[in-house]
Amino acid sequence: MSSSWDVIVDALPVLAQGSVVTLKITVISLFFALLIGLLFGLMSTSRSKVLRGIATAYVDFLRGTPLLVQIFFIYFGLPPVLDIKIPETTAGILALSLNAGAYLAEIFRGGILSIDKGQMEAARSLGLTHGKAMRLVILPQAVRRMIPAFVNQFIVTLKDTSLLTVIGIRELMNSGEIIISGNFRSFEIWAVVAVFYFLMIYILSLLSRSLERRFAK
Amino acid sequence: MKKLMFAVVSSLLALTVSACGSGTDQASTTSGQSGAKKYVIGTDATYPPFEFEKDGKYVGIDIDLINAIAKEEGFEVEIKPMDFKGIIPAVQAKQLDGAIAGISITDKRKEILDFSEPYYQAGLSLVVREDNTTINGEADLAGKTIAIKKGTTGATFADELGKKYGATVKYFDDSPSMFQEVQNGNADVTIEDYPVISYKITVDPASKLKIVGDRLNGDHYGIAVLKGNKELQDKLNSGLKKLKENGKYDEIINTYLSTKK
Repeated sequence: MSSSWDVIVDALPVLAQGSVVTLKITVISLFFALLIGLLFGLMSTSRSKVLRGIATAYVDFLRGTPLLVQIFFIYFGLPPVLDIKIPETTAGILALSLNAGAYLAEIFRGGILSIDKGQMEAARSLGLTHGKAMRLVILPQAVRRMIPAFVNQFIVTLKDTSLLTVIGIRELMNSGEIIISGNFRSFEIWAVVAVFYFLMIYILSLLSRSLERRFAK
Repeated sequence: MKKLMFAVVSSLLALTVSACGSGTDQASTTSGQSGAKKYVIGTDATYPPFEFEKDGKYVGIDIDLINAIAKEEGFEVEIKPMDFKGIIPAVQAKQLDGAIAGISITDKRKEILDFSEPYYQAGLSLVVREDNTTINGEADLAGKTIAIKKGTTGATFADELGKKYGATVKYFDDSPSMFQEVQNGNADVTIEDYPVISYKITVDPASKLKIVGDRLNGDHYGIAVLKGNKELQDKLNSGLKKLKENGKYDEIINTYLSTKK
């Protein structure tokens, strides 16, 4: 049997490749999730009952089912019924975006509601439309308060990408599993996989902390 | 950076080792009532006809075999279902005393596990969608996508084919996922043990799958045991021998497969 160090060195390039895929999927998913979250967050704080109803239904449904079920449903369940082909990366990004979007919608809603009512009233009395008041007055203040919650969701989503191993996406988790199924060295490989996830999230946290310092004032 | 990595990895390792020090050997336990030795046996419950769930109970060739052996040899069995790729690591980690899951005996696996005598000859087959006419053998795999289950001999084989013919290999956790992948058209072909795929096609015609070409090799299944567990290995071998002699072995095989071997 080869030494632990050799096993780790052999695995590094494959695991690094997996990490790149993990990061890519995380970033793209979070981009869409932010758009979804903003849209449904605004809808859930709007005065229209219909829009609020749609937003609540979306959040309740996506938050009320496990991400793993959503991944399987989108990738294995939908294609035969709709008679379409969904590539695994598209399906993975779709599932993660929809899921994280629901959580982000709640973060947006909470942030928006945390801003004093008087702000909106003052902006409206200055002659701003509801949309303009939201964009220029409410959201800039709300987003500042939301940063810690955002960062939390980013970290969760990065870790959630590991579930995509079930649909064959070669991200970090899948790469680790493939290596172990070939060399049976669970101990070394899982240790390195853990370190890789940790490093990615640690760097992300550092970035977000400096971001927070810049915006929090 | 390299130094930092090494420091982090090695401290992680040290921590885990010290944490696990007391936890070895928890797999084998003796049951209080009968006094019979109880073994924890891992399996992959998504692998008909060898092991699957029916009416809330685990059934299949492997399950019936291990139960029959236990009866012959007077020990108890606790069946633990898990992902196939996790089974061999779990035996290594002493979470399991052994495993029966259509595990092909290979030299690589023999380095880390002991096996019973072979109990079944399987062999790999190429599987495509019914409407696929372009793949008729391994030579047609250039540029195609192969769906495969992690940790199987089929996966090792697919890796080699992938390199040889320039095919892409996609890894899944269980057989149903890789079959669905081919049914949905996201992969062109999968590689599965012959009895498993022929059973699947027989009981599930809606799967729209077919076998192409000849069997690719002649793997033998064995029951895996923790390296050095001579006691269990001997019981398994002696049990298997008795079942073959008294006809019970053939009976079990014929219950699930119409054609023997």
